[in-house]
Amino acid sequence: MTPFGLLDWSDLVFAGFLRDPSVNEAVASAAGAFAVLGAVAALVVLTVKGWWRPLWSGWLTSLDHKRIGIMYVVLGLVMFARAIAEASVMRAQQMAALGEPGFLSAEHFGQLFTTHGTIMIFFVAMPLLTGIINFVMPLQIGARDVTFPLVNAVSLALTAAGAALLMVSLVVGRFSTGGWSGYPPFTGAAFSPGEGVDYWIWAVTLSSLGSTLTGMNFAVTIYKERCPGMHLFRMPLFTWTALCTSILMIFAMAPLTVATLMLALDRYAGFHFFTAGSGGDMMNYANLFWLFGHPEVYILILPAFGVWSEVFSTFSGKTLYGYTSLVIATMCIAVLSFTVWLHHFFTMGQAASINAVFGVATMLIGVPTGVKVYDWLLTMVRGRIRFRVPLILGCYFLATFVIGGLTGVLLANPTVDYGTHNSLFLVAHFHNMLIPGLLFGMFAAIHFWFPKAFGFRLHEGLGVLSAFLWMGGFLCAFMPLYALGLMGGMRRMAQLPEGPFGPLLAVALLGALMIAAGFAVFVLQLWWSVRHRDRLAVPHGDPWDGRTLEWALPAPPPEWNFAVLPEVDRRDPFDAAKLAGIAYALPDRYEDIEMPANSAVAPALGAAAFAVAFGLVWHIWWLVAFGLAAALAAIVARSFVTETTRTIPAAHVRQVTEGWRSIARVATPCPRRAEATGANRGRARPQQ
Amino acid sequence: MSDVTATRHPGLNLNHTDRETHDRAESVMFGFWVFMMSDLVLFAVLFATYAAQSVHGIAGGPAPAEIFELKSTLWQTLVLLTSSFTMGLAALALKYRDDRRRLVLWLLVTAALGGTFLYLEGADWLRMARDHGAVPQVSGFLSIFYALTGTHFLHVSAAMVWIGVMLVQIGRFGLKPEVKLRVMRLAILWHLLDVVWIGIFTFVFLFGVVQ
Ligand code: HEM
Ligand SMILES: [Cu+2]
Repeated sequence: MTPFGLLDWSDLVFAGFLRDPSVNEAVASAAGAFAVLGAVAALVVLTVKGWWRPLWSGWLTSLDHKRIGIMYVVLGLVMFARAIAEASVMRAQQMAALGEPGFLSAEHFGQLFTTHGTIMIFFVAMPLLTGIINFVMPLQIGARDVTFPLVNAVSLALTAAGAALLMVSLVVGRFSTGGWSGYPPFTGAAFSPGEGVDYWIWAVTLSSLGSTLTGMNFAVTIYKERCPGMHLFRMPLFTWTALCTSILMIFAMAPLTVATLMLALDRYAGFHFFTAGSGGDMMNYANLFWLFGHPEVYILILPAFGVWSEVFSTFSGKTLYGYTSLVIATMCIAVLSFTVWLHHFFTMGQAASINAVFGVATMLIGVPTGVKVYDWLLTMVRGRIRFRVPLILGCYFLATFVIGGLTGVLLANPTVDYGTHNSLFLVAHFHNMLIPGLLFGMFAAIHFWFPKAFGFRLHEGLGVLSAFLWMGGFLCAFMPLYALGLMGGMRRMAQLPEGPFGPLLAVALLGALMIAAGFAVFVLQLWWSVRHRDRLAVPHGDPWDGRTLEWALPAPPPEWNFAVLPEVDRRDPFDAAKLAGIAYALPDRYEDIEMPANSAVAPALGAAAFAVAFGLVWHIWWLVAFGLAAALAAIVARSFVTETTRTIPAAHVRQVTEGWRSIARVATPCPRRAEATGANRGRARPQQ
Repeated sequence: MSDVTATRHPGLNLNHTDRETHDRAESVMFGFWVFMMSDLVLFAVLFATYAAQSVHGIAGGPAPAEIFELKSTLWQTLVLLTSSFTMGLAALALKYRDDRRRLVLWLLVTAALGGTFLYLEGADWLRMARDHGAVPQVSGFLSIFYALTGTHFLHVSAAMVWIGVMLVQIGRFGLKPEVKLRVMRLAILWHLLDVVWIGIFTFVFLFGVVQ
């Protein structure tokens, strides 16, 4: 063995193409080349523009929850680009493979659905929602930061290290073919030798460690950092969903960590947790994985529910209908989500009575979710509705999410599930929940809070265009899959039988391309809006006539968020303050503010974690030892640092606050109907 | 904060012996309790796996009753319980006496007991492997047995490193608020590991021998 473990030049994806110049290898090499070029381009831009220093001191070492949140979202968007590209390639392959082999090998197709699923869940959905909670939640509860800012940065670094591992796997070696759920014994050493499954294990483990820490941090923040008067039942609904999601993270990530580590012990050290024979039992894996996996889908959807709640109420110009019922429904969903995991394997041989219990429990979740849908609808009733991008997506969400929910109730019936398990019907169902629910929720959140984060709105017309591409694309891409599934099409197939599948698959391919086009328009929208940011600027900070505390701040908010911690005595406090005409009053005294100082510990831990994971994948043991030692050293060294905060003098706080408020107070308020025009500078004219 | 008799977190509060640190303790200690909770979930999952595989996963290898030896395990238990007691004395020294010597002394005793525990447990593993060929690669039961006890072992080892770091910091910084809060969290972890061990002793060893 060389010092580089199992690693060899022939593991480079390009070497595969030289050995066998087929279309299959060409696709793999192109993806690898794309990753390399992307990385090189990023380095060149950073160097040419001289952005290294600002990147390091302004972002990578920053402990500001707002910046960490933005970095999470950027990570999620970059990974999203890769995962949609993979989805389109899969669709193209299935289209090309009717009755012939198509252009991808079955093993390559397996890698594609595995990376697509793994990326979408762990490196798109989780970073997006974590980022948005990070940015918004402390502002909504009137806090200056999360309770543990450094832990927050470490969570991001671990997640980014996992994502980096996935990107490296495009160039060096192969990825797992075991699907995002990685079931053994297929993923065990006997059936999947080589580095693929190891890549999957360590990427997922890093991400799950990061999410565990995030969940604890958010929960403690919401319990302990609320401003005076912010009782639990005065919290904005988004914060409520953030709390429930965090609690789910605390409880649900551990089973995943245990499952992946046990799988690793099986593979590396010959243990028998899940092997076939010697007392291994893969059903234990299925239980552990879904003990995480089902709560996970609620970790994903609850924050989106929170976003929708804010969106419906803000763009209807009304308080949220049924606040208490929405809170209770959220809590019910969070609790119930731990009682249904078995519905992911109804067909794996337990007694019919057990299936029945879990089937009924699953259907029960439909009840609180239904309550929410009615609450949102009733929020819009008699509201003055403005169809900005978030609300357009929101209305679409209401219609399509109900369809997805209904097919979920169908699948919850074990007798039905026996017919539809692992079919394209299931694929249609979960994309039906994840795309209109979670993904559109995250894009709605981006449109909604982007002006708060950067001080300018996103171009409205391009936003509408991309929303319509997504909405049409989703219908084309996934509605046919319900039919295909009922016609007998199974999931994870590189090739479907010839016959009636062709036309519907073509529609599905079209849909995937439309979704990809919608994303391209979104990127264009970002680019255009950055170029024309002066025209779109909303420095006064309240572009949508917002109701909650975050809108009381300038855009972008200062590092310390609130010059003086606010005191609230009701829900929607900012709305009330605007109506009372006291929204931009000046505080009468200022104090020095202590904020966390920058720290290089998080990037160091991220780098160490990546080194450990990469070393484990390729059996480079010295790298593993070195990474672990570095991580331990970083943690211990940090505990000896005495200056962990930085004081911002009261005079500076005063200057910034009064500079902003004195302008905001005299700014011309913009009526709601003109909010999508240049007249909107971020001071809203409140309406009763 | 006005009310000095308030309890800010479960466990030993500093309260009027050190009001300043007492006030800062609230979110830090609460955060640590939450961390412990997620650690307990980890152990719960391991216990659940043990429950399944210690019955179904023997696969012709040695069964629990054949390899466990209660005498050694009982000693491990006693040593660890005593260490929890001495950790409690360390916490009392931290709270009531601004007496670094006493605190350091009890931390040293705790570390020595912890080290003894690790030694005894390691020796027990070696015995099982030597006398019965009971290594984790033999069966599903042994895999989870070593994973469960090994996870606990790793936790105790990490806590030992933590004690070491604390000893250095007490020497270097004295009893600054940060140092105090760290010792308090260390104590929580140490007691929790004790609780987990009681679970292991009962559920793995006692039940295992009875069957
Ligand atoms: C954006 C448009 C999307 C398209 C066109 C798309 C397409 C696909 C396709 C073709 C598959 C493989 C189906 C099969 O096994 O036959 C798949 C699987 C999957 N997708 Fe998507 N998807 C999209 C978005 C998402 C999103 C947003 C998520 C989650 C947040 C997601 C999560 C998954 C998962 C978990 C799998 C299963 C992977 C596995 O079999 O292990 N997808 N998707
Ligand atoms: Cu489920």
